[in-house]
Amino acid sequence: MDFSNFQAPGMYPYHASSSSKQAEKSYVDHPIMGPHNSSFTLMPEAPSKHTKYPYVTGTSVLGVKYKDGVLLASDTAASYGSTVRYKSVQRLKAVGKTTALGASGEISDFQAINELLDQLITNDYMWDDGNNLGPVEIHNYLNRLMYGRRNKFDPLWNSLVLGGVKNGQQYLGVVTMIGVHYVDDHVATGFGNHLARPIFRDEWRADMTHEEAVALLEKCMLVLFYRDRSAINKFQIANVTEAGVHISEPYALQTNWSYKAFENPTAGAVGSW
Amino acid sequence: MFRNQYDTDVTTWSPAGRLHQVEYAMEAVKQGSAAIGLRSKTHVVLAAVNKASSELSSHQKKLFKIDNHIGIAMAGLTADGRVLSRYMRSECINHKFVYESPLPVGRLVVQVADKAQVCTQRSWKRPYGVGLLVAGLDETGPHLYQNCPSGNYFEFHAFAIGSRSQAAKTYLERKFESFMDCSKEELVRHALHAVKESLQEEELSSANCGVAIVGVGEPFVILDSKTLQAYIESLEGAKDDQATKIEVEEERNPAVIERQDVSGGGGVGVGAEGEGPSDMET
Repeated sequence: MDFSNFQAPGMYPYHASSSSKQAEKSYVDHPIMGPHNSSFTLMPEAPSKHTKYPYVTGTSVLGVKYKDGVLLASDTAASYGSTVRYKSVQRLKAVGKTTALGASGEISDFQAINELLDQLITNDYMWDDGNNLGPVEIHNYLNRLMYGRRNKFDPLWNSLVLGGVKNGQQYLGVVTMIGVHYVDDHVATGFGNHLARPIFRDEWRADMTHEEAVALLEKCMLVLFYRDRSAINKFQIANVTEAGVHISEPYALQTNWSYKAFENPTAGAVGSW
Repeated sequence: MFRNQYDTDVTTWSPAGRLHQVEYAMEAVKQGSAAIGLRSKTHVVLAAVNKASSELSSHQKKLFKIDNHIGIAMAGLTADGRVLSRYMRSECINHKFVYESPLPVGRLVVQVADKAQVCTQRSWKRPYGVGLLVAGLDETGPHLYQNCPSGNYFEFHAFAIGSRSQAAKTYLERKFESFMDCSKEELVRHALHAVKESLQEEELSSANCGVAIVGVGEPFVILDSKTLQAYIESLEGAKDDQATKIEVEEERNPAVIERQDVSGGGGVGVGAEGEGPSDMET
């Protein structure tokens, strides 16, 4: 394998000799050192608390409403920059009995969101009063969370897809890392926006059966596997109905690489090597 | 009730295992004018006896809208009631902001009860001197709760608090089994009958009582005096004929609360200082 093109994602520029560069570090905003002590080295620089880059990331998540509920789909890959590092990551999660959440972007931030949602659902469950948080509430809670973090310039680096069913009503929404949120009949994150949504627009119908909706999602996931370099051929589908949330075991789709165009891929693009 | 040596502090137990200060706070509720609540499968009705401390003053407001799906009637120190109202409104609006959905009334009631309990266990505080009847809707339907100064809360089919509430309760106990299937109009008439029991000799009119309704698909609204007067008149006349007439009156602006004769602060402080507890409480 050739790792010469490997790039660790957004690593902070490493100074060969950190001590000689100390003088350039600025303490302008340092609470104790103040504005004039830029060469003082006894106090370590305050750590950066603003997320600037994601490190381990998941790619697209797709979501569609169908006749009896909502489906979410994602692959099980988590990439570390350009390398597909982890191949068994579940990027879909059940939130209570009514909702499923899928995330693309920074996996550790998704895990943090899951912790928060677990606490939320547990508290809600403990009320034990016949009321429970449904997809509308969770969608809005996540929006407040993401937008709040964005305002502190410390975002949770995710695009979230939230699908749920409550009282017979299907709900499908998206929240992004800057707090943009909306609902729709079919949604996608990341590359899915460019590759899957055109297919949804052509082929989605409100009265699709479960089988038809799964077929539609598989068609889109296959396209993503062919064209998105961070995608792998190992998918999960979350099915949310009035009865609850069910996340499938990971499975692969049949691929076909024997297209003529794949045989000599550089034929149409003459390069210098 | 007589004074004893264990009642100075809310944080002092009596040898009989009682917190006298909390009980005295509940007395303050009993001194306030009556508040009544009752519910059916689809609606909750609150009614309050409006007492003005003198002919010159306006009466105290006892019915408050907390959110579109929750309202309260209070008895006792209305100043304490206003503070709790403000807290409840704040909680409702915060919940709405975070979850884009109405705060379930049962959860709000527990939050208020926990707030009241704190005041029974701090030596530098005193218990709230107001009892609340909380009417609201949530996913599981319409509910009626009572909040006590003690920090207890109870759910009811129908209840009354405040002075001469026993008369109203007796009426409610006789009739409550039929409430579940009542229409809105029938429920309001039952509430007005209960208010009549509390008023005893006085003539029931839109000047001395207030009614508020919340129901499935209907936001909390305090009835304006015209609609209320129509209901009162229907108590004597044939009950079914009046139903249509009343519905027409209520068509206009159900979402707007129309105040009954309130100008400025109401009755507090208008009476002489030395007149005792009845001044503060309505």
